[in-house]
Amino acid sequence: MAVKALYDYQYPAADTQDKFHGNQLLYVGWDDHFLFVAPLAFPVSPNAKFSELVEQTLTFAYGRHSDWAKIDFSKVVWLKSGQPFQPDMNKTLAEQGIKHKDALRLQTPGLNGNGTNF
Amino acid sequence: MSTVFIAFQTNEDTRPIVESILADNPHAVLDEQPAMVKINAEGSLVIKRESIEERIGRDFDLQELQVNLITLSGYLDEDDDQFTLAWKN
Amino acid sequence: MDMKANKKKLGLKEKYAHMTRGLDWETTYQPQEKVFPQATFEGIKVHDWDKWEDPFRLTMDAYWKYQAEKERKLYAVLDAFAQNNGHLGLTDARYLSAVKLFLTGISPLEYVAHRGFAAAGRNFPGVGPRVACLMQSIDEIRHAQTQIHALSNYNKFYEGFHAGASHQIERLWYLSVPKSFFDDAFSAGPFEWMIAIGFSFEYVLTNLLFVPFMSGAAYNGDMATVTFGFSAQSDEARHMTLGLECIKFMLEQDPDNLPIVQKWIDKWAWRGIRVLSLVSTMMDYMLPKRVMSWKEAWEIYFEQNGGALFNDLAKYGIKVPDCIAQCTVDKEHQSHQLWLTLCTHSHAMGLHTWLPNADEMDWLSAKYPNTFDQYYRPRFDKLREMADKGERFFANTLPMLCQVCQIPMLFTEPDDPTKICYRESEFQGEKYHTCSDGCKHIFDDEPEKYIQAWLPVHQLYQGNCWPEGTDPTAEGFNPLAKYLEWCHVDGRDTGDYEGSSDQANFAAWRGAATQNT
Repeated sequence: MAVKALYDYQYPAADTQDKFHGNQLLYVGWDDHFLFVAPLAFPVSPNAKFSELVEQTLTFAYGRHSDWAKIDFSKVVWLKSGQPFQPDMNKTLAEQGIKHKDALRLQTPGLNGNGTNF
Repeated sequence: MSTVFIAFQTNEDTRPIVESILADNPHAVLDEQPAMVKINAEGSLVIKRESIEERIGRDFDLQELQVNLITLSGYLDEDDDQFTLAWKN
Repeated sequence: MDMKANKKKLGLKEKYAHMTRGLDWETTYQPQEKVFPQATFEGIKVHDWDKWEDPFRLTMDAYWKYQAEKERKLYAVLDAFAQNNGHLGLTDARYLSAVKLFLTGISPLEYVAHRGFAAAGRNFPGVGPRVACLMQSIDEIRHAQTQIHALSNYNKFYEGFHAGASHQIERLWYLSVPKSFFDDAFSAGPFEWMIAIGFSFEYVLTNLLFVPFMSGAAYNGDMATVTFGFSAQSDEARHMTLGLECIKFMLEQDPDNLPIVQKWIDKWAWRGIRVLSLVSTMMDYMLPKRVMSWKEAWEIYFEQNGGALFNDLAKYGIKVPDCIAQCTVDKEHQSHQLWLTLCTHSHAMGLHTWLPNADEMDWLSAKYPNTFDQYYRPRFDKLREMADKGERFFANTLPMLCQVCQIPMLFTEPDDPTKICYRESEFQGEKYHTCSDGCKHIFDDEPEKYIQAWLPVHQLYQGNCWPEGTDPTAEGFNPLAKYLEWCHVDGRDTGDYEGSSDQANFAAWRGAATQNT
């Protein structure tokens, strides 16, 4: 126990998956697009397909940026926990091992707000 | 050497205090800011009760400084006659 | 003839010794360890409490006398300010975003500080720190009260002041940043509390909070804030000496205390610096008449002032915290990154934002020659372009937060300001994300503490942030509107300053005050 305490210091984690009404937390950051000042947090169903994530959830969040419509998803780079990750558009998050509180980064080479990173 | 400083509200009560400090600490530098007067000094700074009393024409308790003090930097030593700020390095 | 009979008086040091140590005693009905149960669990070793040197040597009678005088002066000014519509002397009502941030973010914490010093005072076996902590506890509730009194006048005329302490500090997302800072300190032991608050916050960082805020107030016609600020600062001078004495005492009592104290300094310097990032926006963006840049304030009040302090502490083996090197880089970026965040999220905040105008951007270019034009001017230009087209941008999705500082993950890598800084940890099978090496290190050192954090974004997604009886499945459910209702944030509090009721009212009232209508 790393915390110095006068008793056995054990408390439950505040954000375990069971608290999110059937959803899991997923974080997604779109590199070089600082219009979105930070990566975003999403409650998503583990049974959502990756294609649904992109077409619905992420499009809602990022669609206002003029670069979003120009993205060719066959040419992007995804990272998961900073490591290269190849999502399967047709599989669900659960099926391809995207777990609660995973962080994905989307890199769209050539699209960076016309060189402004914005 | 490191700088010590002390800062007071700008008002008629602190004017003689500031004058005393500048007179007793030739190395001190005055820095006037909005509503605040700051005095910086290399190494140490001393505030003497007698110097203040000379200027205000009455007895002065150094603890009265508390009323208008804003902030300070350095180790403090306080007795009935003087208030010293210094770094010990 | 006028003869004064001089009464024999005790000297200051003697009087203090009699009125403090002279009134202390060793307990006999119960063992000292039972009377002071928190004295040793943190690992700090104290061999001789009498070695504590009382810096200000204030006895209770002197305390009451000088505090009463300060109160009389302060309330006279607050009364005059209120009676004479002093608020109309502000440069511009945009300035009030700074006051709103201060009064909703900081004032409730003065109350927590009061509780914390009362607890520390109760738990230290040494009489010197007990007396000093007791006085500081009274000072802190004084600060909470005086700030609320100063606030109450603005609350009569402007939006955003009505629910800071009553509801928002525990609910509104950006206020969890200062709240979690104090919760972390308050749930620690008395020695860590003293290093966290007494030393790191009240000594190392206090000038960065108070002097810019109060100077900013003076520059912008806010007499009420200047007055309470400077009046509070005179208490702060005592707090600073207490904090410094505390660290000196711990380091001199036993060499085994050094690594513990160093760890706390590293942690609390970083936590404090993260909280102060909100203050950086105030200096660079919220003040219509600016005092100096955040970068300049950092250089004076941290690099120079802090430098002198750490030079002095070096003799005990204390090192400057590692995170400080990153701060030297961050000082050029922080305020801009934070203000861009506030501008794109003010639809969910209790204060107004606005884009800097051309003159303001030129000031920023001059103050930040290495960063503003390269990275941030284009972003403000783009936001203005979108707004002018009627497409004013507000974020529609909640941000990822740092598990420790609870700020959105907006901070960039120290060596690359075009890349968000991502750090990750695992504990008992769960993932946790932090914004920096500093926060990650804090998490990894005491994960059991931070896994409990009440993170606003996660709580919202758990459905814990709506008024009683809210049905999220109902037709037309608006989660943001319900969240703001729960936070007691009114629609008039939020969004752009342009077109706000604060702007309209200020113009109308000031107009009325300067004309014969």
